[in-house]
Amino acid sequence: MQETDKALLAQIAGIRGFQPGTAFNLRQNGAGVERHSTQNVQIVNKSDQPGIDIHISSNTSGEEVHIPVILTQSGMNDLVYNDFYVGEGANVKIIAGCGIHNDGCDTSQHDGIHTFHIGKNARVTYIEKHYGEGEGSGKRILNPTTVIYMEEGSYLELDTVQIKGVDSTKRTTECYLQAEAKLMISERLMTHGKQSAISDVKVELNGVNSSVRIVSRSVGKEGSVQVFHPIAVGNERCRAHIQCDSILMDQAKISSIPEITANHVDAQIVHEAAIGKINSEQLIKLETFGLSEEEAEAVIIEGFLK
Amino acid sequence: MLTLTNLSFRADQHEIISNITASFPEGSFTVITGPNGGGKSTLARLIMGIEQPTAGTIHWNGTDITKFSISERSKLKIGYAFQQPPRFKGMSVKKLLTLAHGKPLTHEQCCEYLSAVGLCANDYLDRDVDQSLSGGEVKRIEIATLLARDLELAIFDEPEAGIDLWSFAKLVETFQQLHQNKKISILLISHQERIMKMADEIVVIENGKIAKRGARDEILPNLMQDFSACEFKK
Ligand SMILES: Nc1ncnc2c1ncn2[C@@H]1O[C@H](COP(=O)(O)OP(=O)(O)OP(=O)(O)O)[C@@H](O)[C@H]1O
Ligand SMILES: [Mg+2]
Repeated sequence: MQETDKALLAQIAGIRGFQPGTAFNLRQNGAGVERHSTQNVQIVNKSDQPGIDIHISSNTSGEEVHIPVILTQSGMNDLVYNDFYVGEGANVKIIAGCGIHNDGCDTSQHDGIHTFHIGKNARVTYIEKHYGEGEGSGKRILNPTTVIYMEEGSYLELDTVQIKGVDSTKRTTECYLQAEAKLMISERLMTHGKQSAISDVKVELNGVNSSVRIVSRSVGKEGSVQVFHPIAVGNERCRAHIQCDSILMDQAKISSIPEITANHVDAQIVHEAAIGKINSEQLIKLETFGLSEEEAEAVIIEGFLK
Repeated sequence: MLTLTNLSFRADQHEIISNITASFPEGSFTVITGPNGGGKSTLARLIMGIEQPTAGTIHWNGTDITKFSISERSKLKIGYAFQQPPRFKGMSVKKLLTLAHGKPLTHEQCCEYLSAVGLCANDYLDRDVDQSLSGGEVKRIEIATLLARDLELAIFDEPEAGIDLWSFAKLVETFQQLHQNKKISILLISHQERIMKMADEIVVIENGKIAKRGARDEILPNLMQDFSACEFKK
């Protein structure tokens, strides 16, 4: 692997290459380039579509699965399907992510379609980081789709982060929860320049005592545009809490358009959203410590997106 | 030495600070008191540079700082603990103290500043200064951030507000210790008799003016008699 590839990998996954003892699949410019399965985590090619199936055995405990994607060739348009089958009672951490380095003038685009089948009582942490860089005028586009089926008593923590360099993104997330399933979604986003980011999240709570918590924090700078569209449908006794918090700067525009539906008398669904510029008392407080206004802003945003 | 000369501040057609002239020598401990809405916090914010006066000047150790920005004044070792400190999402107590200090802090230093306001560092250092903290906790962390700084003028705006009995006793001790450092001048806005008793001098601000000023033993005994509710409203 080249040094720039390793640096890109470090940005999105915090690693510079395969870590022995973990399952690993690196996709670069539309093709799988390196793969390691473990006894409990088998990664195999799909036969009918581009992409992979990841089979995690029941009761697998404490393993990490890395499935990074990097695009370094300008003009690359990559579409991939990744299906995860997480066995009953397994406990794993999955680190995905996509980094684009585009020095050319053509658009580089990655559309990743991830489907999760999470077995009974399994616990999964899924971390996905998006990052773009490069000197070229070519656009960097990421359109991830995530479909999640959660069986009884399963738990999923879904953390997505996109802080820099992605020109356009449309994120679609669909989740179907059975009884006692618990889903925690945390979304962190920062856009600048002329970037646009759209996030549609739909959660159907179909089982008794299922619950979801969505915490979305975003910062819109310069002329960027963000649209959030969280949808929660409660079909049983369940709880949903959606919290969208955004900091608006410069000429950026941010919309939050919630849609919440309760189809059961014991469905409890809450949506909270706040969009506004940085609280001036926060800035003043940090300036009284000797920080300049720009330094104070940077510190506040860093904490907000932590 | 802090010197205010003919200082005034108008907002929305109201004269909120009206032609105040006063100076506060190095090492002095002054309690500023007076009725709600009298202009105490506004005066503190003018000294810190958060508000700009509509007339008058502020001198600090001989330098005219009237036009100085907040951070320039901070670099001249002026600090202000807010009456209502803001909360920050994702800002740990440790990070806030470190920003106040201006350079990395050891665990021992953090413990020292927090225990001076009656907080246990182990319970608080990694917590965020957000809505999850109680009002009294945020207030005490605010005071600790001033202790973490190297100041020559420390302004505290009702530091005792919302603080429990036990922490209050600790705070009184902390202010006494701070005062023993003769290099630091303290301006402390307060409504508490126990705090006024620590002061060298008491200044009463009413309707944007200094209504009274003098040594503690001269002002304190008659403080209550001189004010009636109706007079406040004039
Ligand atoms: N920027 C502003 N614009 C308009 N009015 C203001 C502004 N700042 C302060 N005021 C008004 O000035 C008056 C003095 O306010 P200030 O906060 O200084 O009072 P205070 O003496 O600190 O009162 P308290 O004891 O309640 O804290 C109040 O009536 C307040 O509403
Ligand atoms: Mg006040």
